Amino acid sequence: MNAFATDMTAAPDGVSETAHREELLRVDNVSLSFGGVKAITDISFDILKGEIRAIIGPNGAGKTSMLNVINGFYHPQEGTITWRGKERRKMKPYEAASQGIARTFQNVALFKGMTTLDNIMSGRSLKMHRSFFWQVIWRGPAEREEIEHRRKVEDIIDFLEIQAIRKTPVGRLPYGLQKRVELGRALAMEPDLLLLDEPMAGMNLEEKEDMSRFILDVNQEFGTTIALIEHDMGVVMDLSDRVVVLDYGKKIADGPPEEVQANQNVIDAYLGVSH
Amino acid sequence: MFYREAGQFKTSYKADQALMPILQDRVGLLVILAVAFVVIPVFANDFFLTSIMIPFLVFSLAAIGLNVLTGFCGQLSLGTGAFMGVGAYAAYKLTSIFPDANVILMVLLSGVFSAAIGAVFGLPSLRIKGLYLAVTTLAAQFFLEWCFIRIPWLYNYNASGAIEIPHREAFGVVVSGAEATPIVRYFIVLGITALIAYLMANVLRGRIGRSWMMIRDMDIAAELMGIRPLQTKLMAFAVSSYICGVAGAMMVFFWLNAAEPSSYSISLSFQILFMVILGGLGSLSGAFMGAAFIWILPVFLKFIPGTIGINVAAETVEHITFMVVGALIIFFLIVEPHGFARLWQIAKQKLRVWPFPY
Ligand SMILES: Nc1ncnc2c1ncn2[C@@H]1O[C@H](COP(=O)(O)OP(=O)(O)OP(=O)(O)O)[C@@H](O)[C@H]1O
Ligand SMILES: [Mg+2]
Repeated sequence: MNAFATDMTAAPDGVSETAHREELLRVDNVSLSFGGVKAITDISFDILKGEIRAIIGPNGAGKTSMLNVINGFYHPQEGTITWRGKERRKMKPYEAASQGIARTFQNVALFKGMTTLDNIMSGRSLKMHRSFFWQVIWRGPAEREEIEHRRKVEDIIDFLEIQAIRKTPVGRLPYGLQKRVELGRALAMEPDLLLLDEPMAGMNLEEKEDMSRFILDVNQEFGTTIALIEHDMGVVMDLSDRVVVLDYGKKIADGPPEEVQANQNVIDAYLGVSH
Repeated sequence: MFYREAGQFKTSYKADQALMPILQDRVGLLVILAVAFVVIPVFANDFFLTSIMIPFLVFSLAAIGLNVLTGFCGQLSLGTGAFMGVGAYAAYKLTSIFPDANVILMVLLSGVFSAAIGAVFGLPSLRIKGLYLAVTTLAAQFFLEWCFIRIPWLYNYNASGAIEIPHREAFGVVVSGAEATPIVRYFIVLGITALIAYLMANVLRGRIGRSWMMIRDMDIAAELMGIRPLQTKLMAFAVSSYICGVAGAMMVFFWLNAAEPSSYSISLSFQILFMVILGGLGSLSGAFMGAAFIWILPVFLKFIPGTIGINVAAETVEHITFMVVGALIIFFLIVEPHGFARLWQIAKQKLRVWPFPY
């Protein structure tokens, strides 16, 4: 499994440690609007190496838009993004992917016509390099490469306990399992930063517990940094090292979970907006 | 009971990701290959080879080509006929310029030209999708057809405006031109089609095949996983057009002997598209099934009633074919977009549990 451990500097979770951690990503004064709609207004925060950073807020607060900015899907009108200490200009999603940013989607975005196995294999795309020539011949280098990556994918399948659905087309899986496969697909990329957009939405309690365990394991065993959007406050309190709270596109709080939970602005925001 | 994987455990990933992991499938393929390479050549007459098998194989290959683009990469194209035409004209020019070169090689090389042209017409696919893309491929179809008519150099300034395939020999046998025997043509067409089908099966099970399907199923997610949309789509256009080009060249060199621009018209595009839809989008074996159905159904309708003493007019056959194919296409588009190939899988699934379905 430590095949996809990427960062051994990660310490176990704990608020005190975050102070010494290196910054992986920072957004400064980012604003994003769609025509007249301001989705994000002047937001700044950072994500430290090895932490689980929760992004919370009422519906329409701009959480998903923030992830889309981070992985290059939207380009903010204002502000800068610093990735591993370097300020980055407009970046295409596939460039973000090649720099080690992976994500899952709020509405599952699996490759519906492909099996679980192929979906997770697709996460290895960037790590496979055999050219068309070798692919055509198959025997030899292409086949060896496929097997080598298949091994890593099987590790992920074991880790997520989805062996039984390996060959099932994902379109036929129940929602909870689809979310799990999507996590597997992102893990297959061996990301440095994993963006999870409501990974537990629509799950029952047991599925949520499983998913929470997977997220913690990914963070602690492989040291993967995680940015997590989640509505379930219990989950956020349990999992995250630090929380940033958005409301109407603005940042209203930022800090350790207990502190944020007690923050009056946050309480007002959640009471003021009914779900 | 006869078709099941029970007891066939895979002990390595290599065996598990083989093209046909199940023994019965491998046996079935061997039987088909034996029939194609041995039984048919021994027993079939010239009519069967020339009117049924050769066109069937040519269309199967073209359907594989279109399936790569539409079935696997999700880019709808109506330019198949023209891309096949590019292959035909390119092979014709190549063999005119290099009369001593092996014409089979020239046919295989002609696909490179259609691949290049296919890639150029694939450029708009970065910005436009679905029906709009289909319209740009339609423009390619008309533009290329116009070239086939208006550029006399392409048909060697032939007064008839048609290309006529010259006499060519390879390995001491006549392979093209009027003197080439059906059996030689059949073996060439069969060999090329089987080879390309096998090579494509390899591509489709690996990284590149997956990247096409990623674009097809969810292009945004594909991009966020590091797939470059333009490169991936252009590659699908190029590979697809290569295969269509070779099929188009084989069509005139080893089947028709002569071709006019109208041989590669929009109706050929639709014919191939229907084969892909009926056979199954995204299935290699479906390409063969679709081609068999659309090509062989009319032949059946034409000859079977005659043999049992009923007289059916040629137009009636045509009308019945149109109606059956049309009805089936509507049926498949609504009920089973994966075509005959999927029906076959369902049948196999039933066989697996037969006789105790529960
Ligand atoms: N592509 C878009 N075009 C126009 N407006 C958009 C677009 N994407 C998001 N928005 C708007 O931006 C705002 C923030 O949306 P976003 O999806 O980021 O919210 P969210 O915090 O993820 O909400 P939820 O909890 O419902 O997922 C909303 O008002 C939304 O309507
Ligand atoms: Mg959202």
